[in-house]
Amino acid sequence: MRLVIALPFVWLGVFFLLPFALVLAIALGANAPDSVPPVELGLSPKNFALLFTDDLYLAAWLTSLRIAAVSTLAALLLGYPMAYAIARAAPARRPLLLMLVVLPFWTSFLIRIYAWMGLLDENGLLNQFLRWSGIVADPGTLLGTEWAVHLGIVYAYLPFMVLPLYATLEKLDVSLLEAAADLGARPFAAFLTITLPLSLPGIVAGCLLVFIPAVGEFVIPDLLGGTGTLMIGKVLWDEFFTNGDWPLASAVAICLLVLLAGPIALFQRQQAKGLERRT
Amino acid sequence: MSGPIVRIEGLAKRFGAVTAVDRVDLDIERGALFALLGGSGCGKTTLLRLLAGFETPDGGRVLIDGQDMTGVPPHLRPVNMMFQSYALFPHMSVADNVAYGLRREGGGGAETDRRVGEALDQVRLADFAKRRPAQLSGGQRQRVALARALIKRPKLLLLDEPLAALDRKLREGTRFELVRLQAELGLTFVMVTHDQEEAMSMASTLAVMDAGRIVQVGAPHDVYERPASRFVAGFIGLANILEAPGGRWVALRPEKIVLSAARPDLPHASAGKVVDIAYEGARSLCRVALDDGRTMLAATSDGAFRRGQDVWLGWAADAGHPLDE
Amino acid sequence: MRRARFAFTMLGFGYAFLYLPLGLVMAYSFNDSRLVTVWGGFSTRWWSALLANEAMLQAAWLSLRIALASATAAAVIGLAAGYALARARSFPGRGLFGGLVIAPMVMPEVVMGISMLLLFVGAERLLGGPDRGFLTIALAHTTFSVAFVAIVVQARLADFDRSLEEAAMDLGATPWVTFRTVTLPLIAPAVASGWLLAFTLSLDDLILTQFVAGAQSQTLPMRVYSSVRLGVDPQINVLATIVVVVAAAALVLSGWLTRRSA
Repeated sequence: MRLVIALPFVWLGVFFLLPFALVLAIALGANAPDSVPPVELGLSPKNFALLFTDDLYLAAWLTSLRIAAVSTLAALLLGYPMAYAIARAAPARRPLLLMLVVLPFWTSFLIRIYAWMGLLDENGLLNQFLRWSGIVADPGTLLGTEWAVHLGIVYAYLPFMVLPLYATLEKLDVSLLEAAADLGARPFAAFLTITLPLSLPGIVAGCLLVFIPAVGEFVIPDLLGGTGTLMIGKVLWDEFFTNGDWPLASAVAICLLVLLAGPIALFQRQQAKGLERRT
Repeated sequence: MSGPIVRIEGLAKRFGAVTAVDRVDLDIERGALFALLGGSGCGKTTLLRLLAGFETPDGGRVLIDGQDMTGVPPHLRPVNMMFQSYALFPHMSVADNVAYGLRREGGGGAETDRRVGEALDQVRLADFAKRRPAQLSGGQRQRVALARALIKRPKLLLLDEPLAALDRKLREGTRFELVRLQAELGLTFVMVTHDQEEAMSMASTLAVMDAGRIVQVGAPHDVYERPASRFVAGFIGLANILEAPGGRWVALRPEKIVLSAARPDLPHASAGKVVDIAYEGARSLCRVALDDGRTMLAATSDGAFRRGQDVWLGWAADAGHPLDE
Repeated sequence: MRRARFAFTMLGFGYAFLYLPLGLVMAYSFNDSRLVTVWGGFSTRWWSALLANEAMLQAAWLSLRIALASATAAAVIGLAAGYALARARSFPGRGLFGGLVIAPMVMPEVVMGISMLLLFVGAERLLGGPDRGFLTIALAHTTFSVAFVAIVVQARLADFDRSLEEAAMDLGATPWVTFRTVTLPLIAPAVASGWLLAFTLSLDDLILTQFVAGAQSQTLPMRVYSSVRLGVDPQINVLATIVVVVAAAALVLSGWLTRRSA
């Protein structure tokens, strides 16, 4: 047993935990474009100070949080009825319906985002359809706006919202709703007082699974958001690959980690609780 | 060899703040069908698991056939267990389940096959050897579990609630079958049960447990007729607990009481009124409120009594059994 | 039932939302026109073009090898991690261990990417290796995938009837034999579906790979990304079609495995 614990413990310690110490060390250093790697070690907080004083970075933080929050809410509003419908479908059909939600997750993330590029382009299929049908004569371009980023996040992370919601809704005892109806609750009141509170663990898990990765998202703002959308994941990427400023990129990573530590811990506690209930 | 097959000395087990087994001393005779009886949470299952080696005691020790089992892991103990859930391996056939123990001893080939066939014959499942556990009925599964636990000829067979998962009708027949098998094989069985009727009808010796302690050990008849405490008297069968002169307590079984309309000619007689009647088929159980304020249970095979009727209760001088506490 | 009807309408809408873009991409993989937004008739020319695209094929081959290696490593480590989480109730550092196992699942990939790169750069300075490429990518993917295998294994073990293992030991099996003959066969489908998940994640990963890949290694997602950045490309439509078909097949397989394990 000791060996069984040691193998993953050591692996994750070396490849997951230790690197964060390195990131912190680099973040406190300075950019040195002429050396390899381009870092001069030090103990200066100026990278962190820059992140919280420069308007550009502040805007990126706020935009990331706003986009992630709005997208999470949108995914919840679409995902909840979907999960509810699957949980209420005939038991024999549920696996298929669920599989249809999960299937896109098994295809390439990159390709799913790419699929929207052709749709949202100025002369893309969406605009072609809008012009042809006469709904909008002169539609603007969705590609390169925040709208497209929201759309992409909801699209990419919808399975993560539906799965935990389905897991809690499927376990819901139908006789509870019958009892509520028997005691005089209309269907909507029964939903608000019984179904919704009992599915809260699923709501929390689903929202965290969408929100956490969305805050640090890079591919979606890069491909769908264009230059106008500044999200923090893209800032990190650009600082690292375009500007070659490793210390600043590291500082962004540390801040992102601190920002998400709360939600990540919450998610982890929920997972642990859920598993304990099953044993 | 002589001496008890199992000797338990000062055995104790705690789970956090809960004491599951509290300094238990117990001998189990060779060839007994021994029942550990008690309510849920009394520690009977923990005691069984301490015998099997699934739990490590916090104190005391277990000797099996004279050998100290302290520190001996389950797979090295000369003991086998039939689990309450049966714990049949779902990915193996019935035959492979039964053969599992023999194969762990390095057995294989024709000899193992022969013994598996024999064991399956014994529990009348020879035609089901190739099936998976999921394809069997509850009763069949129980018999596979039995065959699997018996095939290694353990010195001790442990049975955890062996009949609990069966429906009522099947349970009756299985009781007799277990008793027959035990007598035929001459093995020692230790079974845990919460069902006093089951323990009474099957066991040669039973031990009543309460709050981690063994409160009485004896033959079923002795324990029923001579309960040691109010707890045992109340747990096994029904009993009226009466206060006797000198501050002592006496247990009086309802069937030891004569119920009559007229005053009976017995040393003890009290008048009262019937408040409740529970019809049980062969007999009726009457709750009688006595004129002196006490309420007593009396059994009668006479169906003529009605609720509200004035009656007399009477019992012989030796009908009650004095209790220790 | 009005509420349920609303829910089922939303379900239909959700499916349309999920599949319309993919369906269009697949349809346009057979488009004769170079312009990806204009239908120019049916053709398989982009299919031939992709299958002759040496750079793309090489990238795919590298991705496959990395996915195979990292999924296998992740399955072994994840099995150990899931087993430890489910079975070892208390040991020093269990809280940290639980956090370490699950955190990579939700950690933003850019953060993991930069941290792993810095680790490899550090290792290069101190130990002189490993060279960035196949090995570093596979190590990074393994670390990232362990969480997914561990979760699947832990969930399966949480539903597992402990008395099966006790029965095996009672019948004379040592702990290791018990694991080999009872536990492992019963959780094997979970491990297999965890492996499949790890394989898919590795095959698909762009961000982590971009950080830890050296100058010479180009995986499939890296090639796709650099092509897609320049706009829509008919060859990518073909690739998308292949990926969707393969994913559907993999999902059917994994669904079958999970049902068997239940």
